[in-house]
Amino acid sequence: MNALPVLIVATPLAAALVPPLLALASVRAAKAWSLAAQALCLALSIAALRAVLAGGPLRHALGGWPAPWGIECVLDAFSAALAVLVAGLAVLTTVYAWDWEDRRGPVREGAFQSLFLLLLAGLLGMLAAGDLFNLYVFLEIASLSSYALVAAGPGREAPLAAFRYLILGGAGATFWVLGLGYLYALTGTLNMADLSSRWPAISASPAAAAGLGLMVAGLALKMPVFPLHGWQPGAYAASPPQLMPFIASAGSKVMAYAIFRLLAGTLGSEGQAGRVLEALAPVGLLSVAAGSMLALTQTDVRRMLAYSSVAQLGLLFVGFSLGGRWAVIGVFWHMLAHAVLKSCLFMAAGSVARRRGSCEIDDFAGLGRTAPLTAFCFASAGLALIGLPPAAGFFGKWYLLRGALDAGAWVSLSVVAASGLMTALYVFRLLERMYLAPPPESKRVEPMGPWGAAPMLALAVAAILLGVFNQPLIAAFIEPARLAATGGRG
Amino acid sequence: MRLRFGSAILDTGARVLIPFILIFGLYVLFHGHDSPGGGFQAGVILATAWILLRLVRGNDPGWGPEARGALVMAISGVAIYAGTGFGALAFGGAFLDYAAFPLPLPPAGTRAAATFVVESGVGLAVAGVMLIIYEALIAPES
Repeated sequence: MNALPVLIVATPLAAALVPPLLALASVRAAKAWSLAAQALCLALSIAALRAVLAGGPLRHALGGWPAPWGIECVLDAFSAALAVLVAGLAVLTTVYAWDWEDRRGPVREGAFQSLFLLLLAGLLGMLAAGDLFNLYVFLEIASLSSYALVAAGPGREAPLAAFRYLILGGAGATFWVLGLGYLYALTGTLNMADLSSRWPAISASPAAAAGLGLMVAGLALKMPVFPLHGWQPGAYAASPPQLMPFIASAGSKVMAYAIFRLLAGTLGSEGQAGRVLEALAPVGLLSVAAGSMLALTQTDVRRMLAYSSVAQLGLLFVGFSLGGRWAVIGVFWHMLAHAVLKSCLFMAAGSVARRRGSCEIDDFAGLGRTAPLTAFCFASAGLALIGLPPAAGFFGKWYLLRGALDAGAWVSLSVVAASGLMTALYVFRLLERMYLAPPPESKRVEPMGPWGAAPMLALAVAAILLGVFNQPLIAAFIEPARLAATGGRG
Repeated sequence: MRLRFGSAILDTGARVLIPFILIFGLYVLFHGHDSPGGGFQAGVILATAWILLRLVRGNDPGWGPEARGALVMAISGVAIYAGTGFGALAFGGAFLDYAAFPLPLPPAGTRAAATFVVESGVGLAVAGVMLIIYEALIAPES
């Protein structure tokens, strides 16, 4: 029995206990502890991914009680690859936030580091959970810690944004448990592998459709996609800027993972699960269109990026519902690319917010001259987000287009193609400000330290390199992940 | 002078009640295997004893953990639980496999002993968190 699936969850969970005490002695020590724990997590995830690719899924029965009666932690190629992505983003975000000045005092700072580790533990736990109820438990761990992290934001609007997030997020979690109740009543099991074998007998039941609909709605609210995104722009704009690179990029991918794992992985797109998957397409298309439109109307760059996430996450739903080989590869690639690009964009936006105290579009004026590195990173990730070849964002859309073409889904095809155009509208508006508008009379320009610049630059370079090396990466990671996620059926 | 906040009657009442509350909390903790109860309930009951004293005597109760002590209690409680899990891994069992500990007891006894350790951790954590919540509720707005 391999302990890696439980260790990647238990390590950040146990490490989260220490920072509050450590911060009383030294805030720096608490940050270093948190960073070390995340680096250990990343190392464990990489080890798990290597083991999975070499020898198939890892299972660990907690307490020695075998599934389906006991609780098990499982990692396969899909979840292990996402665990590496999530842990890697956490490490980069903590490095980015390293020299962020804090005026909160040691007690708050210790709690802050603790919550970040709990958020990581929750997201990794969702990936490693082998049954649907523990997925819910870890979903709540991740959500509760992100409510508190949003509330720790610098502005006066942070508590209100966190409260909205709390109410809507709580509703989302309730939907998941409610839907879970239907599936449990029908099958008598919560374990995913067990559920998978019992599903064909009840796959045509309307109660199963109701349950699945509720569960997917709950997670779609947490992702979020249009029209369930009400909490998200406010929360993204109000939360601590140094954490946004992680919050904005990791959480939504794990929620999307859970939806796909449930519908396609566990239930094999059979019966009602297939119908729910089909129903994701219109939601995704609406989300792409509405998210892009709303992003265009924003003046705060963080809100603009938040709406842009709504649009990009809609593409995931489109790909899930297309479901062919290339569509799934496109979706998985898009999950990777969007995580890298959005965290890079939020790092750049965060450093503007830090430099100028706000993050309006006008604050970006002349950034190409006053802060060339930040401007370069923002431009690089922004162009990749539009989907200009050879950057990472291009290939996700390319494979998605190919999947739509294979499926003959012309509406999806045109919306995916148009989404790049709509992204270009709001990204170019900022590029024009950064490189053509004159810089405003400078309020205060403090150059960004190496801690802030290094992870941002690394992600901006990765945005290009990922695209260039997309074929070996797809062969090495995405294709095994696709086979694991679809149970070899796709 | 500790009676500004409450009164002699309240203070005496609390003094009579608190030992019984504490003993009942420990009883619930130890008896959790065989009857309703366990670490969570025991932690809540233990915390009520301290909170009762805070209600009667105000901010300077003269007995019980301070805010920082409550934080340490909560953290060490969870650490006991997690440590049991990692300990079982270290002795070659699965995570939280209580039977893996090399105690001179039959397997069921080993499980029961390790379960009690875990339950004590839960009790400490819950009591600490209850006190932290109480502190947060009465703290002046910053």
